[in-house]
Amino acid sequence: MKFTFSWLRDYLDTDEPLDKIADRLSLIGLEVEDIENPAERLAAFTSARVIEAMKHPNADRLRVCRVQTKDGEFQVVCGAPNARTGMVGVFAPPGTHIPGTGLDLKPGVIRGVESNGMLVSEREMGLSDEHDGIIDLDPETEIGAPLAEILGLDDPVVDIAITPNRGDALGIHGVARDLAAAGMGKLKDIRPEPVKGTFPCPVSVTLDFDEAHQGACPAFGLRLVRGVKNGPSPTWLQRRLKSIGLRPINTLVDITNYVTYDRGRPLHVFDAAKVSGDLVVRMARDGEEVLALDGKTYRLDPSMVAIADDNGVESIAGIMGGEVSGCDEDTTDVLIESALWDPIRTAATGRKLGIQSDARYRFERNVDPAYMVPGLEQATRLVLELCGGEPSEIMVAGEVPDEDRIIDFNPAEVQRLTGMHLHVVEIKAILRALGFWMSGPDDAMKVAVPSYRPDVHEPADLVEEITRIVGVDRVQSAPMEKPSGVPKRTLTLRQSRARNARRTLAARGMVEAVTWSFIDGKSATLFGGGDKAVTLSNPISADMSDMRPSLLPGLIAVARGNIDRGLGDSAVFEVGAIYSSDAPEDQHESAAGVRVGTARHDGGGRHWRSQGALVDAHEAKADAIAMLDALGAPTNQLQTARNAPAWYHPGRSGTLQLGPKLILARFGELHTAILDTLDIKGPAVAFELDVDALPAPKAKPTRAKPALNMPDLMPVRRDFAFIVGKDVAADSLVRAARGAEKALIADVTVFDLFEGESIGADHVSVAIEVTLQPRDKTLTDAEIDAVGEKVVAQITKATGGMLRG
Amino acid sequence: MNAVTAKDPVSLEAELTAAIEKAADEASLEQLRIAALGKKGAISELLKTLGGMTPEERQVQGPVINGLKAKITDAIAARRDVLKAEALEARLATETIDVSLPIAEGPIQQGRIHPVSQVMDELTAIFADMGFEIAEGPHIETADFNFSKLNIPEEHPSRAEMDTFYFDEKEDGSRMLLRTHTSPVQIRTMLEQEPPIRIIAPGRVFRSDYDQTHTPMFHQVEGLVIDKSAHLGNLKWVLEEFLKAFFEVPNVELRFRASHFPFTEPSMEVDVGYARIGDEVRIGEGDDWLEILGCGMVHPQVLRNVGLDPSVYQGFAWGMGIDRIAMLKYGMPDLRAFFSGDLRWLRHYGFAALDIPSLAGGLSR
Repeated sequence: MKFTFSWLRDYLDTDEPLDKIADRLSLIGLEVEDIENPAERLAAFTSARVIEAMKHPNADRLRVCRVQTKDGEFQVVCGAPNARTGMVGVFAPPGTHIPGTGLDLKPGVIRGVESNGMLVSEREMGLSDEHDGIIDLDPETEIGAPLAEILGLDDPVVDIAITPNRGDALGIHGVARDLAAAGMGKLKDIRPEPVKGTFPCPVSVTLDFDEAHQGACPAFGLRLVRGVKNGPSPTWLQRRLKSIGLRPINTLVDITNYVTYDRGRPLHVFDAAKVSGDLVVRMARDGEEVLALDGKTYRLDPSMVAIADDNGVESIAGIMGGEVSGCDEDTTDVLIESALWDPIRTAATGRKLGIQSDARYRFERNVDPAYMVPGLEQATRLVLELCGGEPSEIMVAGEVPDEDRIIDFNPAEVQRLTGMHLHVVEIKAILRALGFWMSGPDDAMKVAVPSYRPDVHEPADLVEEITRIVGVDRVQSAPMEKPSGVPKRTLTLRQSRARNARRTLAARGMVEAVTWSFIDGKSATLFGGGDKAVTLSNPISADMSDMRPSLLPGLIAVARGNIDRGLGDSAVFEVGAIYSSDAPEDQHESAAGVRVGTARHDGGGRHWRSQGALVDAHEAKADAIAMLDALGAPTNQLQTARNAPAWYHPGRSGTLQLGPKLILARFGELHTAILDTLDIKGPAVAFELDVDALPAPKAKPTRAKPALNMPDLMPVRRDFAFIVGKDVAADSLVRAARGAEKALIADVTVFDLFEGESIGADHVSVAIEVTLQPRDKTLTDAEIDAVGEKVVAQITKATGGMLRG
Repeated sequence: MNAVTAKDPVSLEAELTAAIEKAADEASLEQLRIAALGKKGAISELLKTLGGMTPEERQVQGPVINGLKAKITDAIAARRDVLKAEALEARLATETIDVSLPIAEGPIQQGRIHPVSQVMDELTAIFADMGFEIAEGPHIETADFNFSKLNIPEEHPSRAEMDTFYFDEKEDGSRMLLRTHTSPVQIRTMLEQEPPIRIIAPGRVFRSDYDQTHTPMFHQVEGLVIDKSAHLGNLKWVLEEFLKAFFEVPNVELRFRASHFPFTEPSMEVDVGYARIGDEVRIGEGDDWLEILGCGMVHPQVLRNVGLDPSVYQGFAWGMGIDRIAMLKYGMPDLRAFFSGDLRWLRHYGFAALDIPSLAGGLSR
């Protein structure tokens, strides 16, 4: 909310400088967002006398003026018709920024005559649209006076942010009250004297609500002032409204806006001549329309409150009046409305209709019910003063609520909640200054809450009031007891797994990205999601509509984006939430990664040591296993299966499982169709892991590792190559070899694969190295050969493979 | 074949010693050895003459000839070592590589942790030490937990101001939403746990706002302390200690401004003192103020909403943007870049895998 310093001083008797007041405002909860003094902007502009205005030698419409300024005489070429000898105008020296044109003034030559500086118009000053001539000041004006001073603009404008609980601070009087309580001066608590009406209000008001809507309009005050003369409001009023960014319209309307800001009391004025019959305040009927003061037609519905006459709806209650019955320069009889509107209903109506107005803003934050009638009196006084006329009596429909809110308060609460020890005298002084009334003993006060503070209900609210007014800087920082001993482990299993997954993948050369939790609907469906329950009803854009069922769409988009930046070989991962329904247990922590092009874990790109080899599904499998290992999964028990979902290449993908059912991770090349859609030239591989699917580790009594067996005897290694069908999984070969002689065979690795015409197109040669670990004596050649025969027999039995000769 | 011409031990020694010194490679040295010590070698021949000598002669000649044999054997061995060393040196000289060739970065140098994750680990290190647990909650929340239980009634302007993402209305009229703050985790924790409670709740939050300084998803960390005595002075202390530790500076200046949040009372916004030097923000120096977090005493209505008696239990809560404090500490200029996935940004502002923040080892390098 904006106000000017002089306006504030209408209600605050203070000697404090503005910067000190501004600091205080921010500390007590009325945060200053901006202070602007128009005088600073206008500092360069001063009054100057035109000593002589002569016709320009080369242009009929121009004049060459000798201008006497505070800094001496200047020659100015001027095109204004009213530039004349002897006048006092406003001079801007060269170098001045002209606010109305946005240009910086330079010395120049106009049609062959030198011109230094400018005599400005109101439009050039950004003061009005007036541009028929330059500013023509009172000829008695002293030369060199700052323009801001002459125009009364030397009045800083303060903009403060008002939190939603502080409807009382949406009027300048309320701001002054807070400042006075905070020691910044004395509140001038002016209450308008009632104006005695000379005749009954000829228009009656009926509140027509059924039982369910009784609270929509608790009270409605109305008064007619007849015989007024409307027109532009006086300069002081226009100046105040303009300075806070409001456009003056006519005196009657300006008065309502003035009171709105002055006391936080929105009002409305009807042109009585345009109101037909009496006023009825009621719920709107479905489809009723009203042309509002903003020039737009609004269609109402039965959740909204309307003020209607015999012609229909004349005003949208608490939000905006109607154009038809509005006041203009011809208005002679004016009906002034001051009413109370239900905050919740006002907010809902405003939101539905999309109207932001000063009235709505205040009503939805609560206006002071007790000021409903005084506000009407204040407006009446202004109307009588500025427009003349004869007032009727005030008619009030309904009843202004006069609820007594009493809080039982022990000032010890202040210390309990803030740690701050304040004397009860200070506590009482603050509450009194804010308008609270106290009675009873000091340790069991009864505190009466003023009508303008509906946000205060209980002792903690009072503690807040006291704390903010004394200032939180009075609270002493007090150490909290630290837990005794060494802190316990704080991360949950899921949290430490997520952390380990991140660090492992980063250690494998991948870069962590954080992508949106929402993706486009098509990708969501493609990656197994698209459930309506996790589709946003108000997404920020169409490509951010669905909660992601997988991290991969986001990561693939990241890879795509980086290709566009010339970074084709990327290895990115994310660890974060995926969502399969809106239930909390269906939000899982996932870890996934994508590698594109040459971005292998040992480094991507072309390099003299590597051949720029491309990533393949095994690279992704290695990532998945490394991560599973770091997360404590029993990687020696993992099984590979060919059941990766549809977004992987069907032949180059798989899953890592514990047993036949529990899928821990999926890996493989991404499906060519997906890469083609995104124009990724590939290859691109990916893996995904459901962190929550991993079984929790068994609780162990100690951290001891299993006993280590280190035989003294040298291991023996033997190589075998088998020709097997291409449909045989290498894994089955390895398992068969391991099982051949469990006591002796310590390890089996695949060290070579060969395909070629010599062994047939549908066969492959798999070479394995078998490590035998003798335990208590060196093996003889015969014993070694015997194990070898068992290996061959087992493999042949399990896979149909033939030992390669 | 090196002919050995000398016959007597003295001249034989002189001749052989000179020849050994001159031997250019191991092959010619071997020929010399054969010529001197081989079966028919000159020294072997001399040794054979010992048999035909008288005992007196033998007594004189024996040590001379045997001495000669030992000297020549040693001389050959010594020469062989020299030749071997020379040969190795010569071979190694041919095996030179270009050590100036650039080496590709390894995975540890290339991998990066996102600043948000890194800062979350920093927060964890600090608050774990202060006895806080790390709490979490779902991103898809009920209006009850995100608003009502936090004392934000329906139709209250602050609910409308939250720019909430909603899901479609269900048959029962309820509507799930994306949590707009981490505060519902407070509610969940207080419903599940008996006081005393000390938690921080870091995580993703969502608001329908996208411009220069806002993204529809960002990260917050919430703190909550509930017991029978925690007051505003303790809150101040916790924040001061936290900010000093986080920004790794000896001192911070804080300014508390009264404010309003529906779920705390009294409520405050906190500014931290800083100086701007060029593009750099230095927390703990200078006399400008930067808004950094919101906090307050937990509202009694919130305590009642989770079944705690506000006349017995009390506590405080605070919330701040993780992305924001990351930007302040590490100097990223633009929030939107956090979620763009731009490798250049991630590599520049990201952290190495093994830079795990700890209080003992320092939060950052």
